[in-house]
Amino acid sequence: MFRPQALRKSVQFGCQSVVLRSLPLRANASTFTRQAGLSRVDHTSGSIELDQHKIDFSKFKNYKPGEYIYKNSEINMDNFQNVEKMNLCTAVNSAMHNAMEEDETAMVFGEDVAFGGVFRCTVGLREKFGEERCFNTPLCEQGIAGFGIGVASMGHTAIAEFQFADYIFPAFDQIVNEAAKYRYRSGGLYDVGSLTMRSPCSAVGHGGHYHSQSVESYFAHTPGLRVVIPRNPVQAKGLLIACIKDKNPCLFFEPKILYRSSVQQVPVDSFELPLGKAEVIKEGTDITLIGWGTQMYVLERVSKMCDEIGISCELIDLRTIMPWDRETVLESVKKTGRCVVTHEAPLSGGFGAEIASIIQERAFLHLEAPVARVCGLDTPFPLVHEKYYLPDALKVFESVKYTINY
Amino acid sequence: TTMFSTARKPALQLCAKRYSRLCTVSLQNFATKKSTPPRLAKYPGATNAPFTPELSFEDGSKHVFPIYHITDADGNILNQADYDLVMDNLTNDKIKDIYKQMVQLETMDFTLYNAQRQGRLSFYMTNFGEEATHFGIAAALDASDEVFAQYREAGVLLYRGFSIQDCLAQCLGTDKDPSKGRQMPIHYGSKKLHFQTISSPLATQIPHAAGAGYALKLAKKDNVAVAFFGDGSASEGDFHAALNIAATRECQTLFFCRNNGYAISTPVKDQYRGDGIASRGPGYGIPTIRVDGNDFFAVYLAVMRGRQMCLDKKTPVLFEFMSYRVGHHSTSDDSSRYREQEEIDFWQREHSPISRLRKYLLNLGLTTEEEEAQLRETIKKQVLDELLEAERSPKCPKDELVMDVYDNVPKHLQEQKAFTDKIADKYPEAYEDAH
Repeated sequence: MFRPQALRKSVQFGCQSVVLRSLPLRANASTFTRQAGLSRVDHTSGSIELDQHKIDFSKFKNYKPGEYIYKNSEINMDNFQNVEKMNLCTAVNSAMHNAMEEDETAMVFGEDVAFGGVFRCTVGLREKFGEERCFNTPLCEQGIAGFGIGVASMGHTAIAEFQFADYIFPAFDQIVNEAAKYRYRSGGLYDVGSLTMRSPCSAVGHGGHYHSQSVESYFAHTPGLRVVIPRNPVQAKGLLIACIKDKNPCLFFEPKILYRSSVQQVPVDSFELPLGKAEVIKEGTDITLIGWGTQMYVLERVSKMCDEIGISCELIDLRTIMPWDRETVLESVKKTGRCVVTHEAPLSGGFGAEIASIIQERAFLHLEAPVARVCGLDTPFPLVHEKYYLPDALKVFESVKYTINY
Repeated sequence: TTMFSTARKPALQLCAKRYSRLCTVSLQNFATKKSTPPRLAKYPGATNAPFTPELSFEDGSKHVFPIYHITDADGNILNQADYDLVMDNLTNDKIKDIYKQMVQLETMDFTLYNAQRQGRLSFYMTNFGEEATHFGIAAALDASDEVFAQYREAGVLLYRGFSIQDCLAQCLGTDKDPSKGRQMPIHYGSKKLHFQTISSPLATQIPHAAGAGYALKLAKKDNVAVAFFGDGSASEGDFHAALNIAATRECQTLFFCRNNGYAISTPVKDQYRGDGIASRGPGYGIPTIRVDGNDFFAVYLAVMRGRQMCLDKKTPVLFEFMSYRVGHHSTSDDSSRYREQEEIDFWQREHSPISRLRKYLLNLGLTTEEEEAQLRETIKKQVLDELLEAERSPKCPKDELVMDVYDNVPKHLQEQKAFTDKIADKYPEAYEDAH
């Protein structure tokens, strides 16, 4: 189709660069979009809107996500005798209690973990399992990782904590050159599969540069590692126990803003959730929204906003960043024909790029619109402008409308 | 004991008078009442430190680590008592056997170095000049002590039973290489021999040994984990990380620094300004010794004692073995560009660990020059024969390309492998020399 250059406008919206076209709706665009009164993108006096149609955001300002976030398809709570209300922090703590009870070689270590941790995730471990199995290390991330690799190379279970994901970079060499390659380079003679590295990650409202970062894509580029991020307490416990038992070195990133705010009933006993498996937390027909961690709360809000204007969203929590569940994602996108991927980390080189490229490669003929990415800006994580930086519900919502209306 | 000498007293009092009357009074009291124990400061960061009114910086020159030795360069015994302690555990037959293995390593190095020069191996690193360190340590360790090596420690493996065929299988990546041809030559490993597979990034193995030593302690094993590293590696952050964490966690770990004077072209004067690596040990609270790395007997006894101390007292121990890297850094290096031939000759001809042990054996009439020449000839022929055989062996199968990245091969890797196979099958001529 010929599209006059004059009708094209390259614009910046939030963090994404898209080409907007003032063209009539395509014949195959869903009818509901027309019914909802969505129009093509307009451009007036330097301000850019993806769509003229605005919703009343005040209705969603105080929306408390939960309906989909806390839904669990994999475990039946009726099968568990002891269930307790836990937040994400106590769920992580509970997982480590279970792991150390089951495995006498398991040890937990890191900076300030002995007294319970700066986020209280390791409370009670030292009292219960002794100072030899739950102990402080010197303040040295490369040492924590290297020490953990050594412990795991002897077949013992090492659960290492990095106090913030922002401070994992001193251990980058140990993680990508050593832990990730240990099995491959030795031909399977040695491995560090019993190593799990936990770390609080992502935005917290006022974390600035070094208490806010989402670092998953740095590690997703390294074969040999598993990278896992939970969205709620049940997920956190089940996925962390799975990481601890998995035969590969795992990075487990815990969205720290959820430590206290995300609360639900969690089995007290040990259980596992599958690694490498995404979860469809809400089924929909018009567009697939993919995220992980805190961003799932944004996506649930977006989904409710979309319901208002008649767009049915399918929500996918990727959960495992690497190796990731292509099948679940592709199956969904082939059904809906449209996709928005969102993450807090910066756009360029973020894991959304990997997902988007696989979708265009494997679901090209099913796509009705380009895969959109709504991510953090390509800046360091700012302090006072955090709200503008984050890929919030409105940015994602507008991007959904654009994608639907393409 | 007094905190400072009487000679310093007038200067101190002058200094104090100039600045504070109060200080002068306390100084005089302190200086005259010699029986009063110094008052400890009670700061949590250094609870054993007393106050001192003396303004004085420490530059470390008060204590220089001496080099422990038992024999001199001519193989004469200088410390009969310690020599006797060695001989409580070793016999001259055993020493002769170890000497043969040292010659075997030297001959294998020489032969494979030249083979690399002929393009028959992609890379090689020799061990010239450091053989006594390898074998002295290996003999003093238990065979199941876990070794984390850097790359110039092949003698430890040979001592434990690694064969020349094993070395060649790894260097050529044949189907007999347990590491499946994935790493550069000399990156050996053997689970059976408790020798963790070598990796190229320097010093990363040092904290691994700390962690392994901690696991051994918790498992109540009478084994130690040991880390080898060079004087250059000790500049990496991982050295600091490892020694500090090993000290605070009281790990069953021995740290073996091979100080051979160079890190590739960098001489030690560009590497550090303190008293070598040994001087750092006490800073971490780690018992430390500096040993003549060319003296097999000294290496053996120091490691034997240090190992026992490590197990008895639950403390890591740091060893600095002084030696000289006689060979080039690697086959990719021409060391004549940064050091004098005379310097190499000095260490190679008269002061090498092998010549010292040879003189010892000759002094005792346990070997002859002829016997040794014969040994070298035999080993050289054996290495060349086995090199030919390894060259004729099939390479490790290419299906191994995607194995062992994870415990299972994930689907995306299966797809990538299938795509690669498809192209290789379609254009076999393009991949004939892929190994």
